[in-house]
Amino acid sequence: MALKKCIVAFSGTEEQENELKAVIKEHGDDPGALMPVLQKAQDIYGYLPIEVQEIISREMNIPLEKVYGVSTFYSQFSLNPKGKYRISVCLGTACYVKGSGDVFNKLQSILGVTSGGITDDGKFSLQDCRCIGACGLAPVMTINDDVYGRLTGDEKELREILAKYE
Amino acid sequence: MYRSQVLVCGGTGCTSSGSPAIIERLHEEIKKNGLEDEVQVVRTGCFGLCALGPIMIVYPEGCFYSAVKEEDIPEIVSEHLLKGRIVEHLLYKETVTENGIKPLNDTNFYKKQHRVALRNCGVINPENIDEYIAVDGYQALGKVLNEMTPEEVIQTILDSGLRGRGGAGFPTGKKWQLARTIVQDGGQKYVCCNADEGDPGAFMDRSVLEGDPHVVIEAMAIAGYAIGATQGYIYVRAEYPIAVQRLRIAINQAREYGLLGKNIFGKGFDFDLDIRLGAGAFVCGEETALMTSIEGKRGEPRCRPPFPAEKGLFQRPTVLNNVETYANVPQIILKGADWFSSMGTEKSKGTKVFALGGKINNTGLVEIPMGTTLREIVYEIGGGIPGGKKFKAAQTGGPSGGCIPTEHLDIKIDYDNLIAIGSMMGSGGLIVMDEDNCMVDIAKFFLEFTVDESCGKCTPCRIGTKRLYEMLHKITSGNGTLEDLDKMEKLCYYIKNNSLCGLGQTAPNPVLSTLRYFKDEYLAHVVDKKCPAGVCTRLLQYKIIEDKCKGCTACARVCPAGAISGSVKEPHSIDPAKCIKCGACMSKCKFGAIIKE
Repeated sequence: MALKKCIVAFSGTEEQENELKAVIKEHGDDPGALMPVLQKAQDIYGYLPIEVQEIISREMNIPLEKVYGVSTFYSQFSLNPKGKYRISVCLGTACYVKGSGDVFNKLQSILGVTSGGITDDGKFSLQDCRCIGACGLAPVMTINDDVYGRLTGDEKELREILAKYE
Repeated sequence: MYRSQVLVCGGTGCTSSGSPAIIERLHEEIKKNGLEDEVQVVRTGCFGLCALGPIMIVYPEGCFYSAVKEEDIPEIVSEHLLKGRIVEHLLYKETVTENGIKPLNDTNFYKKQHRVALRNCGVINPENIDEYIAVDGYQALGKVLNEMTPEEVIQTILDSGLRGRGGAGFPTGKKWQLARTIVQDGGQKYVCCNADEGDPGAFMDRSVLEGDPHVVIEAMAIAGYAIGATQGYIYVRAEYPIAVQRLRIAINQAREYGLLGKNIFGKGFDFDLDIRLGAGAFVCGEETALMTSIEGKRGEPRCRPPFPAEKGLFQRPTVLNNVETYANVPQIILKGADWFSSMGTEKSKGTKVFALGGKINNTGLVEIPMGTTLREIVYEIGGGIPGGKKFKAAQTGGPSGGCIPTEHLDIKIDYDNLIAIGSMMGSGGLIVMDEDNCMVDIAKFFLEFTVDESCGKCTPCRIGTKRLYEMLHKITSGNGTLEDLDKMEKLCYYIKNNSLCGLGQTAPNPVLSTLRYFKDEYLAHVVDKKCPAGVCTRLLQYKIIEDKCKGCTACARVCPAGAISGSVKEPHSIDPAKCIKCGACMSKCKFGAIIKE
């Protein structure tokens, strides 16, 4: 379960705010617009801190508790900033039966973080995900948009992959 | 006209294993050899044989190159494309015979398949509407608008016997009929597509969207005509970027061609589509939750009735079908209900796509006529279990389904047979497990998933699944009692009978089916405090075989708990009280002297 309360100070710029307002102006009146707006907001800021939720609530005239409710319901919305490199280990069934649980545990100990956590230097964040559909390559993990498949769970192998992002 | 076409798979599996770099290299090499006007490179959708990706087929010969590497491209281009000499050593081994190249459709993987929903996947360029039209695309929509009344369309779908491919198997025609007739106030109705393929290990819908997005658009327009809707929504998982992008391209092309929008085919029928992205909530695959999510709210399910056909999206009559269901519709319209109902079993017509995964050689996507046996899928199409291991179970239906043991390998797969043996069709994930998988651990794995994904709205699911998970945790930790097994079974039925939506009602299935077929494994955990498959770490004992130990001290040095003692060149031993069962010693030992049991 990811942390619900944000621990990093908000550092949004006016530029980002204007961009978000433009999105709301364009889509705000569509039926059921809150989800697409939150998705765009996360693209703009990288995450959805309470400050951003407040802007959305004000501009769309939706109570903040509704915005917060939706933001915390879906696992892809993050109330915390993600690392520069976002690691996801697939814990879907096909990967799990081929040992992705091991890969995930090893990464937790290598990085010293638990699921949903971020390293102190802000470089890596780690999370588990459920099936990216590359079951033919199981077990699979992704770092940003790069996919690493057929992992063995060997610590050396994982360290070598991480070293590419140093 | 090109004299040769190179089809490269651009599905998620092959993209992940490097097909974009291969396409780029192909273009480079083709240019280098001056073949730009003679050879065309086409990026297609999924061929199905993901285990051998990246995959490439060269036509007109139909040569199937598998596990292609970037370095192989210069050879393929200069030898095959330029000089016409097939590079045999890079071909998929099974297609190479003494008498030449065996057609792909004769290989074990493809032989027993029958492609209806997947018929264009891996055949056409999904980003080009003209290629879809060239294979009879949008003809069914034309036929419907020109020759058929909405009632006739619904009757055809009813007669075909098509049932929902999302898992529950509700007759599709019945759904359409209800949405057409229940409310007739002339107001807005909606057509929705469920592409929130949440079952882990299932990727059928993704492959259809990636390989043949127009088929879904066409079918939704047909559904719109049948029920009297002018607006549709496709709800896609955000985890499928390639599928989303291809859908966007397809919708725009269809609009340009006047196949979406106002007055389609000049017949006064208006229909348009929007894409909505999910945001990672498994429960949104449930129909009422999905529609709540499209409305921009927390995707929580609600009580039925009223059913969506009466009050669905924005409180209006709505038809909601799964991607694969839609993919069958245009073919049924064109070829007729009788053609479709001639395939399959008595109550399950047509074909079903399965995503084969887990401990099986040919992981990938297969489409088989209903009624094919599990044995045929696992051993003939799937090529058996890697490493000569023994088959233990096949899991279907994801977190809502169950495990099918060896004794039911010969069951004919259809909706009703699977329910009868305590599993379900589900959306089509089929995960094979071998002797190294612990069934109690698998049940725990699925429960962890449902605990995580329970939306929290109703108590039986929210609290019940958590308690169930805790009991399984207790058992895999070696603290379970026989009484726990009875309690667990009771709780399972309580959750099934009292939960609000399908997620909770089916969440105990993995536990019930493993209890039914693998009771001995539960007993081993509870009574003998042993995990026969060697998976549950808390129940394992690491031991050093004295005869094999050379006393090199490598294990003692790597042990983080200081549990290994012994002098140099003397056999070592592990103190079970100190051992934290991390397995570091075992992977360090060069002499195979450390075992776990």
